[in-house]
Amino acid sequence: MADTPAEAAQRPSGGAASPPAIELKAISKSFGPVHANRDIDLAIQRGTIHGIVGENGAGKSTLVSILYGFYTADSGEIFVNGKLENITDSRHALRLGIGMVHQHFMLVDNFSILENVILGAEDDALLAPSLSKARKELKRLADEYSLDVDPDAIVQDVSVGQQQRVEILKALYRGAEILILDEPTGVLTPEEADDLFRVLHVLRDQGKTIILITHKLREIMAITDNVSVMRQGQMVGTMPTRDTSPEKLAELMVGRRVLLRVEKGPAHPGKALLEVRDLMVDDDLGVRRVKGVSFDVRSGEIVGIAGVAGNGQSELLESITGMRDQKSGDVILNGKVLSLEGDDGARRAREAGLAHVPEDRQRMGLVTQFEEWENNILGYQDSSAYGSGPALDIAAAQAQARDRIKKFDIRPADELLKTANFSGGNQQKIVLARELDQDPDVLVVGQPTRGVDIGAIEFIHNQLIGMRDAGKAILLVSVELDEIRSLSDRILVMFDGQIVGEADPATATEGELGLMMAGISGKHAA
Amino acid sequence: MSARRPLPRWADVALLPVLNLLLALIVFSIFVLLIGQDPIAALGIMINGAFGYGEGIGFTLHFATSFVFTGLCVAVAAHAGLFNIGGDGQAYVAGLGAIAVGLLLDQTSWLLVLPLSILASMIVGAAWAFIPGYLQAKRGSHVVITTIMFNFIASALMAYLLVYVLKPVGVQEPSTANVVNAGKIPQLRQFLPFFGNAPLNLTIVFAIAALFGVYFLLWRTKFGYALRTLGHNPTASTYAGISNSRMIIYVMMISGALAGMVAVNEVLGVQARIVIDVTAGYGFVGIAVALMGRNHPIGIGLAAVLFGALYQGGLDLQFYMPAITRDMIVVIQALVIMFTGAMEGLLRPGLETAFMLYFPEQKAEAQKRETVGTES
Repeated sequence: MADTPAEAAQRPSGGAASPPAIELKAISKSFGPVHANRDIDLAIQRGTIHGIVGENGAGKSTLVSILYGFYTADSGEIFVNGKLENITDSRHALRLGIGMVHQHFMLVDNFSILENVILGAEDDALLAPSLSKARKELKRLADEYSLDVDPDAIVQDVSVGQQQRVEILKALYRGAEILILDEPTGVLTPEEADDLFRVLHVLRDQGKTIILITHKLREIMAITDNVSVMRQGQMVGTMPTRDTSPEKLAELMVGRRVLLRVEKGPAHPGKALLEVRDLMVDDDLGVRRVKGVSFDVRSGEIVGIAGVAGNGQSELLESITGMRDQKSGDVILNGKVLSLEGDDGARRAREAGLAHVPEDRQRMGLVTQFEEWENNILGYQDSSAYGSGPALDIAAAQAQARDRIKKFDIRPADELLKTANFSGGNQQKIVLARELDQDPDVLVVGQPTRGVDIGAIEFIHNQLIGMRDAGKAILLVSVELDEIRSLSDRILVMFDGQIVGEADPATATEGELGLMMAGISGKHAA
Repeated sequence: MSARRPLPRWADVALLPVLNLLLALIVFSIFVLLIGQDPIAALGIMINGAFGYGEGIGFTLHFATSFVFTGLCVAVAAHAGLFNIGGDGQAYVAGLGAIAVGLLLDQTSWLLVLPLSILASMIVGAAWAFIPGYLQAKRGSHVVITTIMFNFIASALMAYLLVYVLKPVGVQEPSTANVVNAGKIPQLRQFLPFFGNAPLNLTIVFAIAALFGVYFLLWRTKFGYALRTLGHNPTASTYAGISNSRMIIYVMMISGALAGMVAVNEVLGVQARIVIDVTAGYGFVGIAVALMGRNHPIGIGLAAVLFGALYQGGLDLQFYMPAITRDMIVVIQALVIMFTGAMEGLLRPGLETAFMLYFPEQKAEAQKRETVGTES
């Protein structure tokens, strides 16, 4: 087994005196032919922060789901504090002191923080006693772990970082000694993430055990004591974090050497292909989300829009790509104003030479129930490439899909497979293949590597750089600050529906960008 | 929360409906036993009544013709994510188109009447469905609610027209004038004595054509592609530049047009006039037909024949077993609709488990079709 380093690392510190908080022995779990977990051995010492990294589909989520009682392992044993346990459901896991903080918060938005904390843990039919008890308990937890929240604030009114605290408090309130956090920083500003790390350190120092699932190597390096790497359902190594490096971890995750930095030459911007003028956009509820935004994207450059999720980027993208009508202002593609008539603006945007890789591929960019080839024509279904009349030339569409599968190395290479059966990275490649292959003048890209493996990220980044060098205008929106910084030629920072600053990726520090993203500094940093 | 393990396709489309049907028949047998009759004999009469002799087959296929239209009406809308419950009202009002052509061209030839009456009833059906479609697309009024309401409006409108406007002088019953010559769609018994007195008429040819046509429309045209995109994922269809509002209106009109064809079958094919409730609730049966047929033309064809057999077999049962009243026939129809339609998923979890236990090789195949994209 490849986990000998694990044992080597664990034995000296673990010892026989105190059993590990969690010990997994030969855990296996299959979904049909897919071995999600294969013979996983893992020991997590009490009072440590233990990171688990791995690509999508490496089996991290399955592993913690087994631990949390969502799935039952096909074989293998779980020891909690040295005792063999058969965890049957999440209530059982909670009784054993295992709490989970999900990637997507499980909160009732219009309840107060206090109400959310006791939800599902009410002591009796009357609410008042539980609430007053919880109020005291919350106060105690806040003092002990410096987890301050206003118990009476409504969840939807507090920041995402606060909402995450509520999730952590929920777990602690239920007596969790072992906290599992699944991709906790995906939605946080750099500042909020630092805050979270501080809290995690306090929790650890108070004797809690923390399991951190992430794909961000920087976080692993920053806060974990030990780290385990998974690849294709197997545990390929566990080691003390101080003995490793991001490069080494990446290599273990992917199984080959990967470039963590994007290599690109200088940009040669030409004329403006995308012009946005005083754009005002409302969301579905009529709330103003984009408040007077203007900028240009010129041919041969990548303009990145940085910002914490939910500051109007989604509405901005939807408006530029014709999916959402603006309240006022203009989107000008190739010198022509994008018309607002009807609800098929996306068609006109495409006709004007815009291609769109949407933020949320599963909700927007793909119909997951369709076969791969059907998604290959999404948005271009009326093109004469797929038949001149009303009939759909299926043979032509499938032939083109096969071409693109080859060109973009989409796996498995089966255009008849249902799209839902492709991994996240390959789904993203399906979208990219379709959009890039149109040879558009303007490319609008949202979260190009969200949920995508390291190996595929490299490929996607290179494709985008290639498009830039071919003279396309690229607008990139991403919540991954690293991605924005390494890909963009110019960075615009968006906060509360406005562009609050512009920065040069070569000189701007993460701290400066972080401050702008938090809306603290409104000045141009470049 | 464990991984869902879908059934193999053949079990999903064939085995499950058959089991649901058996379940309905078992429950019906209990009712038959409770009223002191022999359920085996009753089922025998029903099956013989539906398929045992020419006239029975003719009636079965006649009912099936209407059910194909209403089933397709529901299915086309369902593929676009719309639940059109208004097939009945759309068919009823479409009768106006059919009878207008029938009466106007009564002195010409059925060769002229048949295509034109089909066209006219499709147009009227589409127009009636346009209103809920428009309200959904432009005003967000939910199409389920509006189509239900439009059934009542259709019913009231037709009653008014039949009583006050269209009833010829001297006729006691609220109905339109009769077509007598070319306005009658030829019945197959005129050429094939095999069918006895069954009202099976040439409209069935159009029903079969509609099955093929809908298949072609949904899976072989760009329009069908856009329609299914809307049905699966309205955000993706906005992304794809499809006008969702226009698409909703078109789909409702196509759906209404399909329902409208029922009118030709019933008004010109059987009654030779419009009487009160000429569509006899066939629009609602269409919902069960579409559900049981998995919204696919092949399934709808088969389900339509099944429901046609239930209707016709039920009539024979009522005749030969007087203890089983008209109400009992309604009970068995309701049971079948309930088990194959509304409670279609009742046996699914059990069947899925059984498959996993007894057919490990199926497990792999089922797994292949299962979503693995949820891993994060």
